[in-house]
Amino acid sequence: MNPVIELQRVTKRHGALVRLAEMDLTIKEGEMLALLGHNGAGKTTIMKLILGLIAPSSGHVDVLGSAPDGPHAERLRRQLGYLPENVTFYEQLTGREVLTYFARLKRADRHQVTVLLERVGLVEAADRRVKTYSKGMRQRLGLAQALLGSPRLLLLDEPTTGLDPAATRDFYQAVKALRDNGCTVLLSSHVLPGIEPYIDRALILGKGRRLALGSLKQLREEAQLPLTFRIHGTLLAMQSQLWKAMSLEPIPINERCVEVNVPAENKMQVLRQLTTMPNIDDIELSPPTLEHLYTHFSTRPASLTLGASA
Amino acid sequence: MKAMFIVAAKEFQDGLRNRWVLAITVILAVLAMGIAYFGAAASGGLGFTSLATTLVSLSTLAVFLIPLIALMLAYDAVVGEQEAGTLLLLLTYPISRSALLFGKFFGHGMILAVATLLGFGIAGMVIALGAEGVPLSELSVGLARLIASSVLLGWVFLAFAYLISVTVSEKARAAGLALGGWFLFVLVFDLVLLALLVGVKQGGDWLPYLMLLNPTDSFRLINLSGFDSTQLESGIAAIAQQGAFHSAWPPLAMLVWIVVPLLLAVRRFHRHTA
Repeated sequence: MNPVIELQRVTKRHGALVRLAEMDLTIKEGEMLALLGHNGAGKTTIMKLILGLIAPSSGHVDVLGSAPDGPHAERLRRQLGYLPENVTFYEQLTGREVLTYFARLKRADRHQVTVLLERVGLVEAADRRVKTYSKGMRQRLGLAQALLGSPRLLLLDEPTTGLDPAATRDFYQAVKALRDNGCTVLLSSHVLPGIEPYIDRALILGKGRRLALGSLKQLREEAQLPLTFRIHGTLLAMQSQLWKAMSLEPIPINERCVEVNVPAENKMQVLRQLTTMPNIDDIELSPPTLEHLYTHFSTRPASLTLGASA
Repeated sequence: MKAMFIVAAKEFQDGLRNRWVLAITVILAVLAMGIAYFGAAASGGLGFTSLATTLVSLSTLAVFLIPLIALMLAYDAVVGEQEAGTLLLLLTYPISRSALLFGKFFGHGMILAVATLLGFGIAGMVIALGAEGVPLSELSVGLARLIASSVLLGWVFLAFAYLISVTVSEKARAAGLALGGWFLFVLVFDLVLLALLVGVKQGGDWLPYLMLLNPTDSFRLINLSGFDSTQLESGIAAIAQQGAFHSAWPPLAMLVWIVVPLLLAVRRFHRHTA
């Protein structure tokens, strides 16, 4: 697989402020990568560099085989879709008119406008002015805009802000369908549970630096976070010797339920012991979620981070 | 090239939809007819006086109104889209920044041209039908000159508006600067020129050339040069009445005033980070 995006030691300075520091990143074709990080961590900066909207202060950016702000920019831009954060569109135009305008600029087929409006569920509102749209509807119009011309690379900046959970799921399923057809997707989001099932890899950023990069499995291995066991049964909190024997700290949830954090390598051993106990009715296992991993990596002391990446 | 026309068409359609075209047309037509009819009010009469007086009054109206309209039309052309977030999006589309800016300029330019043509054209027709003893050929020549120079004047201030719009980062600032620019070129410059005219007793051959430094004065020169009987009313243009330079200079100066600010705007826009 060819790399679709390649960042080599890219630094972006803005006056004295370092927005991105020595970033190395390779994204393969057909991959879905999430950019995670606090506000100002460098997510949007990475997107703008890839879009060629800004040039790196040092280092090299390569998108679909050429520099995004170079002479091939026009050819490249027909092959990418971008959904910026907080776009309000032309309030006086209808949804259909907005999409038609962008379709013409992108040299996309006009028939695609209706197809996309249908796909994002805006057919009924298509001939109303954008002024009357809700936040979610604008966001869906934005997505339809990004999908014009069947892009090879999609950049989505906070795509699901303002969408309800059902719409969020539909959104990611639509994006996943594109990805399965070979489209590369780069997205940033604060709604971590929403994206967890869909992404291939996550890049966790902090203050313009890479804190962690990898698939969920890799991140879990690197983080060594415990699994959470939620145990339902009777008199659980009382059995202190039992927990001590397994060197676990029970956290009581209510009278009939406790939670314990179990290191990943002890998972099977603890499970075997628990299943032999007669007063336990049910055991729920949850591996560390993306949210746990994000919290882990983004609150780790900086010295550790440097050691890990070196 | 094609992208440029897509942008221009969109701007023009917006102009129709926002009723800019209609509003400008109506304002110009109504004021022009009013001026034509009340032209003799100063001397105590009503009704159409002379073609020369009317056209001079119309050009005086245009000098104030057209720049204001052009600035209001286009001051937010770039900064408005930037605030809405659509500029960021457009810059990721397969369209160059120059094409985007030129496209907008053509769209806005057409709005002004169509509205001016309609507004003054309607007024001209009413004058031709309503007033007696107006030589049609003279009216059409004078009116054509007025319309053409008004359109040029509008484009000059459109170019100013773009330069302002790509320079600032807030719409409110752009509006303020646009008003300031209008004030400077339409009012202040002429006052300074008058002061110089009074102050410089001898020499002063260079004074007429100063007028080329202001597009509104070039506009006045174009419109006043055709009439002998207007010298009394022409005020500032009297500086140039001795035919200090060729009559092609004022239109050329206006073209320069369109091209230079527009190219400066494009240059700035290329350095603009969205």
